[in-house]
Amino acid sequence: MSGQAGRGRAGSKSRRPRSTARDIERYGALFAERTKVMKSSAMRDLMALTERDDVISLAGGLPDTSTFPADSYASLMSTVAASSCARALQYGPTEGLTLVKRCIAEVMGAEDMDVDEDELLVTTGGQQVIDLVCKTLVDPGDVVVCEAPTYPGAVPTFTSYQANVVQITMDRDGMRTDELESTLDDLERAGHRPKFIYTVPNFHNPAGVTLSLERRHELVRIASERELLVLEDNPYGLLRYEGEPLPTLRSLDDEFIIYASTFSKILSPGVRLGWTAAPGPVLAKMNLGKQASDLCSSSISQYFVSAYFDSGPWEDYVRSLIDIYRRRRDVLLDALAEHFPREAEWTHPEGGLFIWATLPDYIDTTDLLARALQDHVAFVPGRAAYVDGRGGSSMRLNFSGVGVDDIREGMRRLGEIVREQVELYGTLTGTASKSGARRDPMAPLPTAPDASPAASPAASRGAPPGTEANVLQLRRKRA
Amino acid sequence: MSRIAVLKGGRSLERQVSLKSGARVEDALERLGHSIVRVDVGADLVDRLTADRPDLAFVALHGRDGEDGTVQELLEVMGIPHTGSGVSACIRAADKVLAKHAMRDAAIPTPDFYAFSETAFRELGAAQALPAIEERLQFPIVVKPAGQGSALGIKFARTPSDVPGALIAAFSYDRKVLLERYVAGRDLAVSIIDEGGAPRALPIVEAVPEQEDFYDFESRYEIGRTRFVCPAALDEAIEARASAIALEVYALLGLSGFARVDMMLESDSDELFVLEADSIPGLTETSLLPQAADAAGIGFDELIGRIVEAAHASAPSPAP
Repeated sequence: MSGQAGRGRAGSKSRRPRSTARDIERYGALFAERTKVMKSSAMRDLMALTERDDVISLAGGLPDTSTFPADSYASLMSTVAASSCARALQYGPTEGLTLVKRCIAEVMGAEDMDVDEDELLVTTGGQQVIDLVCKTLVDPGDVVVCEAPTYPGAVPTFTSYQANVVQITMDRDGMRTDELESTLDDLERAGHRPKFIYTVPNFHNPAGVTLSLERRHELVRIASERELLVLEDNPYGLLRYEGEPLPTLRSLDDEFIIYASTFSKILSPGVRLGWTAAPGPVLAKMNLGKQASDLCSSSISQYFVSAYFDSGPWEDYVRSLIDIYRRRRDVLLDALAEHFPREAEWTHPEGGLFIWATLPDYIDTTDLLARALQDHVAFVPGRAAYVDGRGGSSMRLNFSGVGVDDIREGMRRLGEIVREQVELYGTLTGTASKSGARRDPMAPLPTAPDASPAASPAASRGAPPGTEANVLQLRRKRA
Repeated sequence: MSRIAVLKGGRSLERQVSLKSGARVEDALERLGHSIVRVDVGADLVDRLTADRPDLAFVALHGRDGEDGTVQELLEVMGIPHTGSGVSACIRAADKVLAKHAMRDAAIPTPDFYAFSETAFRELGAAQALPAIEERLQFPIVVKPAGQGSALGIKFARTPSDVPGALIAAFSYDRKVLLERYVAGRDLAVSIIDEGGAPRALPIVEAVPEQEDFYDFESRYEIGRTRFVCPAALDEAIEARASAIALEVYALLGLSGFARVDMMLESDSDELFVLEADSIPGLTETSLLPQAADAAGIGFDELIGRIVEAAHASAPSPAP
């Protein structure tokens, strides 16, 4: 067919250009400074293996889209085709279609937020909000404050804008606002004013904890007093399995809050639609940034979402997801209790998609992942959520993307490996594992598993001096 | 021109690198006029090869199964000639412990080491011997799995309390690990290709960490954190000695076709110490063997062509 002329085809003669080390060097001279912080790594190669079909992957952050009825999808697409074919196939306004903004207002209303259409920017997934905020606010060397651990997907965005990332410890109540305040004081004394504070207040990715009401008030107060912007990333807020919803930061004070959310977790990540609600001047700049990036988000997706919201109560599907995910979370929590050693600890998320587990500090979870892949089970090693080498003994476990049988089997295999390693450590050190009381799973998150040389045999292992320093001692590019 | 099956991917931890190596090899072979069968190695390998009946297999696999003799054994059973080393050489090179013992027996310098299986610790109380080992090797000590080709699982123990964690990490990759004396100095790689039936050492590549005092194995081969210099700026005598030692290792282990020998040039003594030999070194854009070949005026296509020729030359004649 002539329409396929020139398209590459598997098995056809390849047209990949020759590329040698010398070529790379030649192109390398043209690369922007910011690309030099984008690194390939052994861990990235390992993560690629977690996607194999024969692996039970607790690594992904995937919602379960298999529960979305295929006939509903077909009928929604037919509706789009019948009623808005030409418009769906056309460019749209950068800020997004009004009919989608109405859907967004409904979703935000479900979390007790009022929003005007002109406060909204429809984006290509929630991820684009993080990118646009960086694009709008961050010059190379500027400080961005976030939680420790932070959303692993935000790290490459921050670093690609050459941000100086400062991470604030979390505990069971989320980001420690006392540490935030003292850090901001220290930064101010050093002549740094962070451009924004990035936080996932509800069912944190990866930590699984939720920012307490008191700290929400604190965070908003700190932002307001210091006139600092906060990027409130709330993709999971509506996926609550227990407890009472807490007010979003935006509903406490919208002056310094850039609010971000997405349809990914309540409908589908495949539609690639998210949004932001931000103070006017910030939104205007972000709009310009988006225009430069992709002109507008997919019109087809926007009409699809609109048709979906018109087709019936969208909350029903969210409720069905909540039932499924709550069950899977409970199965994962039970499996952790059954299979992980007493020395381990983990969080108990009231919602969302993730549990954060921390093993004894002599177990490096990147190496553990390599071992686990031999038994066809995977998770995300904790280091991915830090910029400074910490998190080496922690892991993120996802419970939304796989069924309960796989969760049980995956955790059985993982538990077996961890148990072997704990026993081996006992043999190596002559301190065979004691069956002491299990740590309180709701105890504060370990602040810095590798940070204290005195406490941690892993502290000096394989890392250059200084890389595991306290967050306050991070090198700052702008002296 | 031949019908060549390019074996790539597989299930090893180095799958991604292998896919990149394989893709480049396929392109080169096509440019050389061969017809290609692309094989992402899995459970259907034998069926694929039986159905496709290639004249030759180009093994672009790295790590477990691909580099340790497993796939080579299978190919030899099926009577399919293949690139690179044969079964026994692959087994010797892939197992660092075996390779180091062979080198030590042949008086080829390799850093002092002690190797143990997990059972030695679990059942024979080998942990009791750790203080003596630490005493002999002196800190820092490098702890690594016996059979992992990439930098994964290699740890740097600076104090006795680092050792148990480092051992557990290494045991994540293999049932056998080694503790090795750390050689402070320059990191050199000597690539070798067979040329007209005789091995030839190519210009030496030096890996130079971008940050001083920085030695993190995982980042060693990350773009931007290590700079590769080829040919390495070395004293002529040292260069000659490094090449000679690499060729000795190549012969000792019975390697053929192509390989890479990694060694350290110790700063204090100016002595060379062989760390390991790689029977299927990477063939990606940033890999060291193609860089070395390029420095010798051998472009990538020519390199691949020579590897194929060497494989044909060493293949047993088909039965009459």
